Amino acid sequence: MEKLINIARGLLESGKVKTIIGYVEGPTGRIRAAFIRKPEECSKLLINQNCIQNLAVYLLKPEIREFGRPAVIANIATQRSVLQLAQECQIADGEIDVIGFYAGNTIVEFKNFTEIEQRLKEVKLELTSDDAKLIEKINAMDTKQKWQFWVDEFSRCIKCYACRSSCPMCYCSRCLCDCNQPQILSAPSHLLGNLEWHITRAMHLAGRCVACGDCGRACPVGIPLHILTMKIAEDVLKNFGKRAGTTLVKEYALSSFKNDDREDFIK
Amino acid sequence: MSDFEPKIIAFVCNWCTYTGADLTGTSRIKYASNVRILRFPCTGRIDFMYIVKAFAQGADGVIVSGCHPGDCHYTSGNFHARRRWIVFKSFMDFLGIETERVHFAWVSAAEGAKWAETVNSVNQKIRELGPYKSFKNLVNVGVS
Amino acid sequence: MSSETKILKKSSVQKLIEILASANIRLMAPQKKGAALIFAETKSASEISYDHIQTDLSAKSVLFPQTEEILSYSYAGRDVNMKEREAESFPELVLFGARPCESSAIGLLNAVFTWDTQDVFFKTRLAKTTVITIGCKKFDEYCFCTSVGCSPADKRFSDIFMTPVSDEEFYVESLTKKGDDLIKRAAAVFTMANKTIDVEKELAKVPVLFDIDALNKKLPDLFNRVEIWKEQSLRCLGCGACAYACPACACFDIQDESGKEGGKRLRCWDSCGFSTFTLHTSGHNPRHIQAERWRQRVMHKFSYFKDRLKSIACVGCGRCSRNCPVDMNLSEHLKSLMEA
Repeated sequence: MEKLINIARGLLESGKVKTIIGYVEGPTGRIRAAFIRKPEECSKLLINQNCIQNLAVYLLKPEIREFGRPAVIANIATQRSVLQLAQECQIADGEIDVIGFYAGNTIVEFKNFTEIEQRLKEVKLELTSDDAKLIEKINAMDTKQKWQFWVDEFSRCIKCYACRSSCPMCYCSRCLCDCNQPQILSAPSHLLGNLEWHITRAMHLAGRCVACGDCGRACPVGIPLHILTMKIAEDVLKNFGKRAGTTLVKEYALSSFKNDDREDFIK
Repeated sequence: MSDFEPKIIAFVCNWCTYTGADLTGTSRIKYASNVRILRFPCTGRIDFMYIVKAFAQGADGVIVSGCHPGDCHYTSGNFHARRRWIVFKSFMDFLGIETERVHFAWVSAAEGAKWAETVNSVNQKIRELGPYKSFKNLVNVGVS
Repeated sequence: MSSETKILKKSSVQKLIEILASANIRLMAPQKKGAALIFAETKSASEISYDHIQTDLSAKSVLFPQTEEILSYSYAGRDVNMKEREAESFPELVLFGARPCESSAIGLLNAVFTWDTQDVFFKTRLAKTTVITIGCKKFDEYCFCTSVGCSPADKRFSDIFMTPVSDEEFYVESLTKKGDDLIKRAAAVFTMANKTIDVEKELAKVPVLFDIDALNKKLPDLFNRVEIWKEQSLRCLGCGACAYACPACACFDIQDESGKEGGKRLRCWDSCGFSTFTLHTSGHNPRHIQAERWRQRVMHKFSYFKDRLKSIACVGCGRCSRNCPVDMNLSEHLKSLMEA
């Protein structure tokens, strides 16, 4: 922790960085995001196994960017989001500072995004065992059971959009769900509309989701939404060999192709 | 279910499959008439949500068809579509959507016979599967 | 308002459900559905959850559903035939196991829905619902009911108030004619209480965290201190979780959904936290930054509502803070406004 606090304080004191996006503890013990701008407040920053929120969601918010150059304290998912956002031309290499942290309190100050790309090659990016188990459990169901599972889950959806709001990749200023000319996605929370929304969102994240799990955690009614986007992410890996947020090469899985992509299901 | 007339929606590309369907007609090949054909410039333009919306609005089966890889009028639209369908078909399976009701095909402008065969076989398949109740049963669920 | 008090055993609730069912009355109770605790139609008493402090979503959905049909229409040539909802289409309900905070929030919803236009949908649902509240024996760090004029023993807008006196039994007080009618209808499941109980003694004591009257007086002066609202809302993501979980939030949207032959007009929840909530067709947005939307939320609940409808529009249930993905803790924010 000392190392992190010193790095953060140094960045602010030197004036290189105007705000540190990191984690602090709230009064109920929950970990929350904080935007430290005064060097003396850096002592509030912490890192532990509960620092799981993907802080990249704040990197494109004008309220945060108006402070000036940010440094973000980045767990693996956040690092991947930074690379993916760079790939999508939303942030430029050199625009922000990234301070990565890993299990065992390892802290790495990245000089540029290429260093993040290099470092991530050495990190295991597989799904957590809980998530992998749930995907397996659903895969083992027959079609009717799968349908019933998702119908039951989405019957609770209240269209609060906490999932969309917590996702760093959902940065569209004109989201499809806000479009009413035509109204493609319904605002009311009937089951059919809920299904359409979640199908749309998951597919719009295909090849872009970094599997941080924030969407499922944000859901006030505990729908395991993250499983949808993670399942698609696994399919993209299996079929096209790509993982989101691991490269700066601008090659989005669904806007590129190979001549020998499989077509065994096409008659 | 002898009075069940399947509603089948076909999303096809203008340059290959739609033209192929024209050829089926001009060749006087008879085929099932309960398919509604929706013409798009290219399969690359076919949003995955059209398949979902078709089922949501009462379709029992869906056909998606376009140019063979390499023959796309816009060079690579069908390659992008193919990638999209790889991901989306697997996703539909994961959700429990009956993907036996979704038929993907490459039908070129010269394949009038293949179009007829495609429509007839899908029609036959959907008759066997029956109406797609799963989606129809969702209508109004969640509206108090 | 019978002065007789009763006892209801948890083991009798199944019989209560059956008696109500035979009269086409549905019981809405807290149930675990998937990973969430929500109010849902309950056919089997074993599904009812009692041990929680709060449900994830409040009981507001029973009287003010997330999505409800307000009228339907069909096309006939060039005409449109509209069909209003009939009173019979609203169900007869018993809301079972609401907490005192969310029951008293019914009063806040009622104030909104009857201050000008009489909202027939809310009023009909309320008239057809008997509210059975269960007082709180425990609370957590998110509860601040006593700071906003509520308490674990708050009986407002309850028809029947039940106090747990053991793991298996509730002490039952009927507070209204609706409550009396229910007890009469289900007389078989209520037994006589053989002593009077001081309900306040049985229920939790929640410490007061701030002076709401002082805060209410201070808020107009804080309106222009934009830096305070900015600071508090920096981590807010602008989702609708807080407003939707809140038993007192009543903002809604109207959506028409049409098909080839006609359609429905639906009312659904809306949240002032959404960036598009105040977006005009011109493109102008009076609350274009999250700080202004956060300020609106606080001012509406703790200042404007008091001015116009004579109540603080918050019951201190804490759902907003528990559900918030980024730990926007309302009582913490209110305390810091007091210190600003």
